[in-house]
Amino acid sequence: MIINHPLLGPRDSQEFVYLGDANLIDRPDWAAEGAVDTFHDYLYQRTNPAGLHQELWFHEQGDRSWLVVTRNTLTHEITKVELARDVARSRGRSK
Amino acid sequence: MAEHRLKPITQLGGDAPRRDSFPGLTITERTDTALASLSARQSKPAEFQTAAKVFFGFDLPGPARSASGGDYTAIWTGPEQWFIEAPFATHEDIAPILKRGFGDSASITEQTDGWAGFDLEGERALSVFEILSNLDLGKLPTGGASRTVIEHLGCILVCRVAGRHYTVYGGRSSAASLHHALVTAAKSAL
Repeated sequence: MIINHPLLGPRDSQEFVYLGDANLIDRPDWAAEGAVDTFHDYLYQRTNPAGLHQELWFHEQGDRSWLVVTRNTLTHEITKVELARDVARSRGRSK
Repeated sequence: MAEHRLKPITQLGGDAPRRDSFPGLTITERTDTALASLSARQSKPAEFQTAAKVFFGFDLPGPARSASGGDYTAIWTGPEQWFIEAPFATHEDIAPILKRGFGDSASITEQTDGWAGFDLEGERALSVFEILSNLDLGKLPTGGASRTVIEHLGCILVCRVAGRHYTVYGGRSSAASLHHALVTAAKSAL
């Protein structure tokens, strides 16, 4: 499998490590009202789509950037690769 | 004060840099380079840009590239992150030298003894890397640089002269394994 790195171009997937659902970016506010319930959902609830799935990959043997990869779980086709920090910032995160 | 009679050794443990010759390729242990990592701090991008221009006199390279000027070579290792090479004889204290140039705008760590470097020179270098690395080195131009895997080891590969001269940096603790991989591939390919 080849992942088309946004900065470095096509790279073999053996250079990457898979983490999981990209929703991990949306870490809830620990001080908010009902934080226990939101953290429960954040930790344990995952959708398991048959189709497009956004997931976090780490370019461990490369530039060590975190990527958000949009992959079709039925065909393994990768349709979009973004830097995770760009995705996080677009969702209003500061870092 | 106690008198210390300490003797420096190379990363492979020898007195002098190891040199292995093959038809069309020489592998030389690299012992004359000081290394430091340079990372721009998020809070001060403008100060960092100015300091980099003044300190190096050249623009820091973009993704998968290196750039040289004067005593320094900068190798891109990640977003807003570079490895800096300088001659060991004059820059043994490379981290404080860089820190004086960048102040609070960058985070700098000394890397010299964390890495083992090997130079591969000769017209057959590419045939050896075809066995070692899944990076398409034929497409990497002079000044290209990339972090990649060689023999399960995370390495930094710098193309000094396309098709003829490459530098490989791997972790110092696996220097012998990396050297073994390079020599084995050279024996097999040449």
